[in-house]
Amino acid sequence: MSHTMNRREFIKIAGVGASSLAFATPLFDFSKGEVLAPDTHPGMYSKRTPTYCEICFWKCAGWVHTNEAGNIWKITGHEDDPHSNGRLCPRGTGGVGMYNDEDRLKTPLIRTGKRGSQTFREASWDEAFEYIADGLKKIAEEHGPECVALFTHGSGGTYFGDMLKAYGSNNIAAPSYAQCRGPREVGFISTYGEGVQSPERVDIRDTRCLVLIGSHFGENMHNGPVQEISQATGKGASIITVDPRFSTVASKSKFWLPIKPATDLALLLAWMHVIIYEGLYDKEYVEKYTYGFEDLKAHVAGMTPEWAYGITTIKPEQIRATAREMANASPRVIIHPGRHVTWYGDDTQRLRAVAILNAILGSWGRRGGYYYPEKVSFKSYPHPPFPKPKRTWKDAYPGQYKLAGLALASGICDATVPTTERDCSFKGWIVNGTNLIHTLPNQENTLKAIDALDLMVVIDTMPMEITGYADVILPECTYLERYDSIRVSPHREPTIALRMPAAEPKYNTKPAWWMAKGIAEKLGLGHYLPWKNIEEKLDWELKQVGTSLQEMKRIGVKKFEREYDDLYPMEDLADFEFNTNTGKIELYSTAMEDEGYDPLPKYTHHEEPPYGYYRLNYGRAPMHTFSRTANNPNLTDLMDENSVWVNPKVAKGWDLKNDQYVWLENQDGVITKTPIKVRVTERIRFDSVFVVHGFGHTNRHLSRANGRGASDADLITRVHTDPVMGGTGMRGNFVTFRFEAGEEVSS
Amino acid sequence: MIEEIITSGRMNPEIDPVLHVWGWEIPFYLFLGGIAAGLLIFSAYFSLRGREDELPTAVKWMPLGVPVVISVGLIALLLDLSHVWYFWQLFTNIRWESPMSWGAWTLTVITPLSIAWIAIWIEDIFPNWDWKFEEVKTVIKWLKEQKRVLAQVLILLSIILGMYTGILLSAFNARPFWNTSILGPLFLASGLSASAALIVFFSKSEVEKRLFTRIDIILIGIELFLIVHLFMGHLAGTQVHIQAAEMFLGGPYTVVFWIFVVGMGLVLPVVLELLELKHKFIPAIVPVVLIVGGNLMLRFIVVSAGQASRWLY
Amino acid sequence: MRYGMAVDTLKCVGCSDCVVACQTENDVPIGYCRDWIVEKTFGSYPELQLEIRSERCNHCANAPCVRTCPTEASHYGPGGVVLVEENECIGCKACITSCPYDARFVHPEGYVDKCTFCIHRVEKGQNPACVSVCPTHAMIFGDMDDPNSELSKAMATRKWKALIPEAGTDPKVFYLL
Repeated sequence: MSHTMNRREFIKIAGVGASSLAFATPLFDFSKGEVLAPDTHPGMYSKRTPTYCEICFWKCAGWVHTNEAGNIWKITGHEDDPHSNGRLCPRGTGGVGMYNDEDRLKTPLIRTGKRGSQTFREASWDEAFEYIADGLKKIAEEHGPECVALFTHGSGGTYFGDMLKAYGSNNIAAPSYAQCRGPREVGFISTYGEGVQSPERVDIRDTRCLVLIGSHFGENMHNGPVQEISQATGKGASIITVDPRFSTVASKSKFWLPIKPATDLALLLAWMHVIIYEGLYDKEYVEKYTYGFEDLKAHVAGMTPEWAYGITTIKPEQIRATAREMANASPRVIIHPGRHVTWYGDDTQRLRAVAILNAILGSWGRRGGYYYPEKVSFKSYPHPPFPKPKRTWKDAYPGQYKLAGLALASGICDATVPTTERDCSFKGWIVNGTNLIHTLPNQENTLKAIDALDLMVVIDTMPMEITGYADVILPECTYLERYDSIRVSPHREPTIALRMPAAEPKYNTKPAWWMAKGIAEKLGLGHYLPWKNIEEKLDWELKQVGTSLQEMKRIGVKKFEREYDDLYPMEDLADFEFNTNTGKIELYSTAMEDEGYDPLPKYTHHEEPPYGYYRLNYGRAPMHTFSRTANNPNLTDLMDENSVWVNPKVAKGWDLKNDQYVWLENQDGVITKTPIKVRVTERIRFDSVFVVHGFGHTNRHLSRANGRGASDADLITRVHTDPVMGGTGMRGNFVTFRFEAGEEVSS
Repeated sequence: MIEEIITSGRMNPEIDPVLHVWGWEIPFYLFLGGIAAGLLIFSAYFSLRGREDELPTAVKWMPLGVPVVISVGLIALLLDLSHVWYFWQLFTNIRWESPMSWGAWTLTVITPLSIAWIAIWIEDIFPNWDWKFEEVKTVIKWLKEQKRVLAQVLILLSIILGMYTGILLSAFNARPFWNTSILGPLFLASGLSASAALIVFFSKSEVEKRLFTRIDIILIGIELFLIVHLFMGHLAGTQVHIQAAEMFLGGPYTVVFWIFVVGMGLVLPVVLELLELKHKFIPAIVPVVLIVGGNLMLRFIVVSAGQASRWLY
Repeated sequence: MRYGMAVDTLKCVGCSDCVVACQTENDVPIGYCRDWIVEKTFGSYPELQLEIRSERCNHCANAPCVRTCPTEASHYGPGGVVLVEENECIGCKACITSCPYDARFVHPEGYVDKCTFCIHRVEKGQNPACVSVCPTHAMIFGDMDDPNSELSKAMATRKWKALIPEAGTDPKVFYLL
């Protein structure tokens, strides 16, 4: 019987979804636990406006509730949004803290002292724009506009991106690529011809077995997967977690494999060995869709569980048991690709192994595996074609990172440090909502690059380490006070979501679109951003897809029907042409081979911590999104400093006690700027320590974050760059404990 | 290894990391309440026994201090109230299950009665005072006629007051260290002991001094007995009670309790008082300071340790 | 009607969303909280177990805080929910010391504050804020007297425990194991 839904059935289901739009019905059903009544508070009249969250990249849609006085009261999830299903995570719920934070950037600032000396004067918007435009014109004349780059992490990036393209550069980099998910996309594209995308196209809801390799959902509160894991386990799905740390999700797992760090690829290969040589793979699927199975089979022939045991410390019987667990669930099994995967420098190959394992278990394009998302084809407001830049960042790296699909933030940073090898280094940076000092590895290098700039503009809502180095700081209003582009996301059903202001911007802050337009006008490039204001632009765009700004203001999220009925195209082994050289799922990657990389993933041994040192693993806490929330009053209330997780055996050796403050020193003698609390816990291996990323801020304008906890970014001085796509492997740093501060570094 | 931690950063002021909602005000108030009760009990009791002329300090003079002591205690209590402008709510409710309510009402009744009790002795104390108004003289005369009844009522109320200072705490079963019925008698005995020591200090009569020194020695003996039983009871209790007792048996309160409260506040003064009875010269101020100081410290430590003791889960 | 709550320790990831949602819903001042997360780890590496609990006032049926309150400020509200009437509270803190769960605190305005089970929402037919936001649907609120409520059903079919039942408080927040 066909599992693929036909068009008519689909419409019926879509109709059910639409009826829940009638959110105002005062109805409550304890048996479902659903709230359908209007939200009120005693003595408070509540009005709600739609938004989507800006605190992490998941961008959940929600409602901002304001009280009678027009003050923002609370934020709740949007019932029709597939990202949030009506429930935000703690950061989304705590988004009000971003708006209320009294440490926010309040007015444009222009640097008066030495770069990095944190001496600024207040300026008018006009003055600030003038300054930026002058700087940009000068760089264009002296070096060409291609020498300006935009680093962005956040919604406003679109507008600065358009401004930059109008100016003549398309060097637009998001650290979320080379410092985060890039290897995953490249690994999957070279296998399936398409990437995992965001939100990840994993069908956790209906899976029977979920394998997580270093992913710590529950601590990583990406809303969709966390909700779906709970749903799936409720229906009996099993989880296999591979992590040197007993993470939250490890505690919910049927199998926890406390692997020796940096050996995951050996485990993946051993799993393939068991699945292939025990004949557990999906034979029909492999036969029909894949290319290079025999090569793969030969490749993993010697990679037995016994071989992997010596490398990973995972017992052979556990490797076999978990491989069988996956095979039993096949094809409803997901070996999750993770998100932050820039670990050891061979990350694209590791993610290739993940992709291959999914393929031989037949989970790609199948229910409970990987689905085919769809998004609304959305037209942008028309503008004249942008000028074509003469050079791009890639020109700085001839013959390198050939499979990098997006600009590398770290690559641009490196290409800013002047050398004799390049004829033109970057001269101007526009940094939007990303604290590069903590985001990019190797701080010393980043500071060197910044030092060489002619112009650095930082747009942010909060003072950060990076704002201290800016020539001009533009204070952006928070997402609760502004319009942004429509969120058009790929999902099981295509949806769009609106963000609109719930309150007037506080202080002298402005939205990104207004700033980008203002700067473009000062550059005489206003005609590239031809709309009068954002409402006009959004309304035009929304009307192209059959709705309007007015309707979206009322409903917030709009679901569309899929154009193609292909959520699970491989469910019934239907014919399918993949976007690869062979038109098949390439277990053996011809694209990699063509570019001179290993066509099948090979295990390479990575350096291990020297005696007395421990591998530095870092990750998330559920209530924070790194620097972005570090000073948020509601969220610092939950966690205001990080701690270093230490195994009791290690603690005994060093005579460390709970809550004692220590400094961490890495293999290169770099010491954390601030001390960090010790947490002695059985939940971590004895060869590594764990630190939550995003703490240890040193900007004194952050009254709650300054000096609290320590920054792992201080310690990531050694980077293993992925030769395939330039990802910066950051998990190859080792730390030891120090009981006194390092020497004061003068900046 | 078991690791149990709050991971959402709970830091409610005065609750975390260790409960400390009651600072100096409550133990100080309990201390003063105990002394007021002790003074009234001695005065009323010996008046009933007809020994008012033999023991003038205890019966006639010391009650003069009671309203002062109670007032200072009430000020301390009011200082502790964090929503103090609603304190009148205490008197719109009678809550039999609430020791706080008991205390409020007992003090409300005992304060005017203690003033009436003073009135009975006021002419003896100030014999040459001219009361001017006939009405005052009439009231005093009427009160003198009610002396026996008043004394009996005062003894009853004072015992309630003295016990209450301990029962206030022992009613909280959430705090294992307090959760013992011994605290009531212990605080009563200790309030009486402090009162006896004060009487000894202020008395000019050798007979009175010797009597109250003996009484004090007996009371301190009772206190020591009750303290031993307090710990025996806890150690024979559930795990949380054992842990509560362990705070004093090797834990953070060990030194301060056994040396300052038991050693210097109970044992040493008993030794000094015994020496005094044997006509050794001991400066009068020493035992009283030790006893009253130990008494005060006992309440501070009990209030603090009780808040630090908790159920485990 | 007896309102109660169950927290599924198997689903709870300890994200603290319940804590923030409570804070914003009820205007709980920064620095204070009416609910919190406890993580308890048992065992030694690598044989470990983790129990995560979202905790709050247990709305005890035999509430020591109600008993020790001298003014009836602490009282049983609709469905047995334990509430504090701020204009009757004198701030004596007897209820705080009498609560074995440390669930109460002194609000900066002086009165004693705590979880209300969001009774203002419940009376309008909504779930408490913490329950309504929980991303993993780990919390169930309902009427313990109604055998058909989701809460009663969960408690009938799942293993569960309450916190310190031996304190005799008869707590009404339960932890599904």
